[in-house]
Amino acid sequence: MLTFLARRLLGTVIVLAVMSFVIFLLIGLMPGDPIDIMIASNPDLTTADGERLKRLHGLDLPITERYWNWLTAALGGDLGYSRTFNRPVLDILLPRLGNTIILLGIASLTAIAIALPLGFAAAVNPHSLTDNGINMFCFAGISVPAFWLAILLILLFAVTLGVLPAGGMGPVGGGGGFFDRLEFLVLPVLTLTIASLAGYTRFARASMMEAMRQDYVRTAYAKGLSVRNVVVGHAMRNALLPLVTVVALDFGALFSGALITETMFGYLGMGKLMFDSILANDFNLALVGLLFATLLVLVGNFLADIAYAAIDPRISFKSLADQ
Amino acid sequence: MTSLADHPIDVAERQLFWRRFREHRLALFSGVLLVIIAMLALLAPLIESAMGIDATRVDLFNQYALPNATHWLGTDEAGRDVFLRLLYGGRISLLVGLVAAFAAAIIGTTIGLLAGYYGGRLDAMLMRTTDGVIALPILPLLIVLAAVDLNKVGVPTAIAESEIVSLYRMMFIIAIVGWTTVARLVRSATLSVRSREFVRAAEAMGARPWRIMARHILPNVVSPIIVATTLSIGSIILLESVLSFLGLGIQPPTPSWGNMLTNAQELITRAPQLAVYPGLMIFVTVIAFNFLGDGLQDALDPRASRR
Repeated sequence: MLTFLARRLLGTVIVLAVMSFVIFLLIGLMPGDPIDIMIASNPDLTTADGERLKRLHGLDLPITERYWNWLTAALGGDLGYSRTFNRPVLDILLPRLGNTIILLGIASLTAIAIALPLGFAAAVNPHSLTDNGINMFCFAGISVPAFWLAILLILLFAVTLGVLPAGGMGPVGGGGGFFDRLEFLVLPVLTLTIASLAGYTRFARASMMEAMRQDYVRTAYAKGLSVRNVVVGHAMRNALLPLVTVVALDFGALFSGALITETMFGYLGMGKLMFDSILANDFNLALVGLLFATLLVLVGNFLADIAYAAIDPRISFKSLADQ
Repeated sequence: MTSLADHPIDVAERQLFWRRFREHRLALFSGVLLVIIAMLALLAPLIESAMGIDATRVDLFNQYALPNATHWLGTDEAGRDVFLRLLYGGRISLLVGLVAAFAAAIIGTTIGLLAGYYGGRLDAMLMRTTDGVIALPILPLLIVLAAVDLNKVGVPTAIAESEIVSLYRMMFIIAIVGWTTVARLVRSATLSVRSREFVRAAEAMGARPWRIMARHILPNVVSPIIVATTLSIGSIILLESVLSFLGLGIQPPTPSWGNMLTNAQELITRAPQLAVYPGLMIFVTVIAFNFLGDGLQDALDPRASRR
C-alpha cells in the first residue's frame, strides 16, 4: 500500500511541477508586464527607472531562471502580492476558496442526490418511457450553455417573478442573517446543479446497467428475490463504486462551471477571482489561482484512487501499484 | 477490376448502416436540422440582399425593435437586425466547431494510434498526459490561452492585431485541449485491432509501422473517430460560445452566438428577447450534434451504444 501511495504521490507532484511551469510560461505571455503597467500609471517613472526596476525584480532574466526564482520563493511560503488588491495573494485567495467550496459542495451534493435515483431508475427499466424521458433530459442537460441557463434563470426568477436576487453575496450594505445570505445562493447552486446533473445521471445509468448484467444479479433473481431486493441489495452497491471515481475526476469540470456561474452571479469565489485577475493583468493572483485550481483537481484525483481501492475489496493497493 | 464500392460486403454494410441510422429518428431529424442551419448560415449574404437590409448597419433610432415585418426577430442594442446577425454568427460558430473538431480529431487519432500500436512506455506516457489534460480546469486555462499576447510568441504585429486572428486563435486553442476523447477511443480500438491476423500478416511481410498504422489499423478504427468527432463538435461550440460570451473569443463587431449574448445580462430588463435567440441557437445546434453522434454510434458500432 505504501508503494502505491508513494508512486501516486510522486506522479501527482511531477504533474503539478510541469503544470506550474506551463502556467508560469503562459502568464508570462499575457499582454504587458507588471513594470510597464506601473510606468503607465505613474508619470514620474521614466523608461530608465523601468529598466532598473525590471533588473531589481529579476524580470530581465530568461524565463527558466525567473521560474526558478519564483518557485524557490513560493516553496518558502512567499507567493507574492496581488497587484489589484495590494495584499498578499493568499489573503485574497483563501476566503474566496471557502466561498467556492460552499457553492460547489452544495451544488455537487444536490446533483448527486438527484442523479443517482434518476440514473438507477433509467437503468432498471431500459428503453421504457421513464428511461427515454430521462435520456432526453440528459441530452438537454449536456447541450445547454451554462451561462445562457444562468441568464434564463435570472430572467425567470429575478426579473419576471422577482422572488430571488439576480446576483451578489448578501443584502446590500452587508449584514443580514444566515437565511438572507442563503437566498443569494439559490440561483448559482441551481445553475451548477443543472449543469452537472446530466453527466452524473448518465454515469449512474451506465454504471447500474453494467452491474445489472453481472452473474450475481442473475443468481439473485434465480434465488427468487424481488426486483427491489436485487436492485437495492445487490446491484446498487456495486454500481456506486465507479461513480466515486467519476465524481472525483469531474473536479476540473466543476471549476470551469464555478468560473461561469460565479462570474454570472457576481459570487465572490475563486472562479470569478481567476477570471477577474486574468482580465486585470494581476499576474501573481492569476498564477497562484490557476495553480491552486490545478492542485485541488490533482488532489481530487489522488483521493479518488485511494477511495476506489479502499471501498472495493477486490482491488488491492498492490495490484494498483503494479499497473 | 471492381472498385471498393462494388464489393458485396461493403454494400451490405452500408445498407445495414442506413437501416440502423434511420431507426434513430432523432438523429435523422437532427441531421436534417443541421443541414438547414448550415445552409441558412452559408446563404446569409443572399438572404441579406433578398431582405434588403444591411446586417452591419447601426441604426440608433431603431434600437430594441420587437419582431416585425422588416426585422423578423427585431433589432439589438445598436439597431442591427437580429435574424441576420444570428445567421452570420452561425457561420462563425459552425466554422469554429467543425475546424477545431477536425483538428482535434487529427491530434487525437495520431496519439491514440501511437499509444495503442506501440504500447509499453510510450502508451503509458501518452495516456497519462491524456488523463492529465482531461482532469485540468479547462476553462480557466483556455481564458489564459485566449489572453496570450501574440506579439510575445513572435507573431507579426500586423497579423496579431487583425480582426480575423481571434477566429484562428479560437480554433487553435480549442483543438489543443479537445483531442482527449478521440485519443482514448482510438487507442482502445487500436488495441483490439493490433493483434488481428491481417496486422500480423502485414508485420510478417515487413511493412513499416507507419504503413501498418495508416493502411491496416486506421481504416478499422474510423467508426469511433467519426462518433467522437461528431460529439466533440457540440462541446467545442459550447466552449467557443462561453469564451466569446466572456469577451475572450470572437471579437465584435463580428457576430458569434456567444458574443451576441455578452450584453444580454445588462439588458435583461430592457430587452429580454435578445437573451433568448442566440442561446437557443447554441442549444439547438449542440443538442442536434449530440443526437447525431448518438445515432452514428448506434449505426456504426451497435455494441458500444447504450443497450
